[in-house]
Amino acid sequence: MAFNSSDPPPGMIALFAFYLFATVTIASAVAVIFARNPVHSVLWLILAFFNAAGLMLLAGAEFIAMLMVIVYVGAVAVLFLFVVMMLDVDFGSLRSGVTRNLPFGLILALVLLGEIFIAVSAWRAGPALAGAAEQAGPERPNIVALGELLYSRYLFPFELAGLILLVAMVGAIVLTHRSRGEGSRRQKASRQIARRPEDAVRNLNPQSGQGVKL
Amino acid sequence: MIGLAHYLTVAAVLLVLGVLGIFLNRRNIILMLMAIELILLAVNINLVAFSSFLGNLDGQVLAMFVLTVAAAEAAIGLAILVIFFRRRGSIAVDDVNRMRG
Repeated sequence: MAFNSSDPPPGMIALFAFYLFATVTIASAVAVIFARNPVHSVLWLILAFFNAAGLMLLAGAEFIAMLMVIVYVGAVAVLFLFVVMMLDVDFGSLRSGVTRNLPFGLILALVLLGEIFIAVSAWRAGPALAGAAEQAGPERPNIVALGELLYSRYLFPFELAGLILLVAMVGAIVLTHRSRGEGSRRQKASRQIARRPEDAVRNLNPQSGQGVKL
Repeated sequence: MIGLAHYLTVAAVLLVLGVLGIFLNRRNIILMLMAIELILLAVNINLVAFSSFLGNLDGQVLAMFVLTVAAAEAAIGLAILVIFFRRRGSIAVDDVNRMRG
């Protein structure tokens, strides 16, 4: 349901939903920055992600919206929550510079916002963009169109994305893994590979009633 | 009628809030990482909005790649944070420069 300027206006309910999602997203982003407790920050971040997913749903990107909920809320935010709760950090002492940095930060933020508005207001869609139409329609859902694009033109970048995730996973495990010393029983791959059937298995033919001496 | 400008405004405000968050919480790495997530969220909203209003799905594919990089970055960043906390017992950014040889 990607609507262009030629489509009919989406109506009052969509407009109301847009303003609701946008307001809650921005308000919770403010709360992420200014919350005293980092656990509260993470919870506000989750709310911001949910509402941003709602915004993307309104824009017609259903798959990305669901992906936002699954990846950000389900994985990244929970990872943040784990780390914040696991580390016994004195967060009060870390807030000491906030009031000192506030005036300069606000000035810088306002300058950046003004620059973005000037840049965006000067923007026009180029001819290359206006011509390309790979629309998702009623007969061709968003996820189907996205999948066809992802497995044809973007196949190698897509596999590269998988590789990035693999490297990140291996890196995170290697960084945080702690060996527990000699007391723990660990897998010895070399011994497993060197093990042969003749060393491990004996064929016996015991008399009945005699039993086997091990 | 919701226009492209609406989405761009929301994304611009989110991005600026992320930058402000990095500035304000300069001692707290966890909050800095969260602010970076906010910035990437703003980028994703921009990509999806442009993709939707220009009728071109490439933007949504790019948004997926941004999502991938954001997830990988959060995982690696938090892993580094955890080992740093184990070594020093603090996550203040001011202490990080003691890591030099």
